[in-house]
Amino acid sequence: MRTIQTNNITETIKEMCIEANYFLTEDMKHRLDASYQTETDPLGRQILSKLQENLEIAAKDLIPICQDTGMTVVFMEIGQDVHFEGGDLNEAIQEGVRRGYREGYLRKSVVSDPIIRENSGDNTPAVIHYDIVPGDRVKITVAPKGFGSESMSRIFMLKPADGIEGVKNAILTAVRDAGPNACPPMVIGVGIGGTFEKAALLSKKALTRDTSVPAEKSWAKELEEEMLAAINELMIGPAGLGGNTTAFAVNVETYATHIAGLPVAVNICCHVNRHSTRTI
Amino acid sequence: MERYLKVPFQPEELKTMKAGDFVYITGTIYTARDAAHKRMEETLQRGEELPFPIDGSVIYYLGPSPAREGQVIGSAGPTTSGRMDKYTPRLLDLGLKGMIGKGKRSAEVRDAMIRNGAVYFAAIGGAGALLSKCITASEIIAYEDLGTEAIRKLTVKDLPVIVVMDPEGNCLYK
Repeated sequence: MRTIQTNNITETIKEMCIEANYFLTEDMKHRLDASYQTETDPLGRQILSKLQENLEIAAKDLIPICQDTGMTVVFMEIGQDVHFEGGDLNEAIQEGVRRGYREGYLRKSVVSDPIIRENSGDNTPAVIHYDIVPGDRVKITVAPKGFGSESMSRIFMLKPADGIEGVKNAILTAVRDAGPNACPPMVIGVGIGGTFEKAALLSKKALTRDTSVPAEKSWAKELEEEMLAAINELMIGPAGLGGNTTAFAVNVETYATHIAGLPVAVNICCHVNRHSTRTI
Repeated sequence: MERYLKVPFQPEELKTMKAGDFVYITGTIYTARDAAHKRMEETLQRGEELPFPIDGSVIYYLGPSPAREGQVIGSAGPTTSGRMDKYTPRLLDLGLKGMIGKGKRSAEVRDAMIRNGAVYFAAIGGAGALLSKCITASEIIAYEDLGTEAIRKLTVKDLPVIVVMDPEGNCLYK
């Protein structure tokens, strides 16, 4: 048994909210730099260079990369030998978000009720997903999610007979419909299998995976490569203004499913694919 | 074509704007997004005055992040314009001449743009840090309770945007 103080969680979450909104992970920067070399459209290249400049300004002058600093998604992988002390864990996470968004000059983009729509004023509540895993560590991933791209995400409840071709069609449909609204170049998180909600969760998790690490299953890895090429052939381009850089990566996650179904969730993220992971 | 324009736009300048032009905007513009548009619509329905002179104006669909001490504004990139489509034709008919955002617009907005000779620009989505550098003054002029969604009067200098839909209705998006 290992004891972790909940105020330690609060402090960690706070720091991660800030870090994620000012600095992208190295793999995302590499994707941007690489695409500048391969983009064929002059306007597309100009936009990609502005995005490179934007990342530099964000880090140097401490201005969030994007003004939509997102609704905060938190993945908690909690070792089953961990004991939390010092109060409600859920509230400790929310307090971390609250402080991170206040002290980090991040935008408060959350309304407390989807119909009444009053801003909660502190970007809470975050959306928290808990997983219990073996061990005595806590792995935390904070992923602020902008809604330009979130709003273009889709779920498709396919039939088993639709097979892999149906999956490809679903991904391309979602990306084509998203077009310029989702701030391309995009990162595409795909969840295949499970149930309705499991597919959606997998697709969100897929966005937090390092884009230089392919899927484990060989068919999923091939799907990632084929879909990235097909998406870039759509020529939506940077900012949706044309060019062969429509997506930086396609990350696929899979799970077992029911004999009667083939759920496919496509979670679209803009080029500001933010996530930060730490293990306590 | 690259060009530098001042707000308010001159009628002859508006006529010559073409989808695909790279434009640097200088002058006074106003921010408004979802909640502010809803309030403006309600204001008009009550027969009251809008919080800023709409005739000849330019709206930037923006909800900035908070400014640090010494900064004019925080991150300041565009939000998706399509969510404002429901409210936009009426504003165009009242003289709105320019919109800055990102993403597709409805057929109703396009028709109202052609009818009134207005232009729709895209700013680069997700480049909020870069774009904030072009904003030299920011002041909340209405709906302060809406936080980031309040209406702000901005002074911009050489704000880089691209003409996505010109006053003839030509659209750069596929």
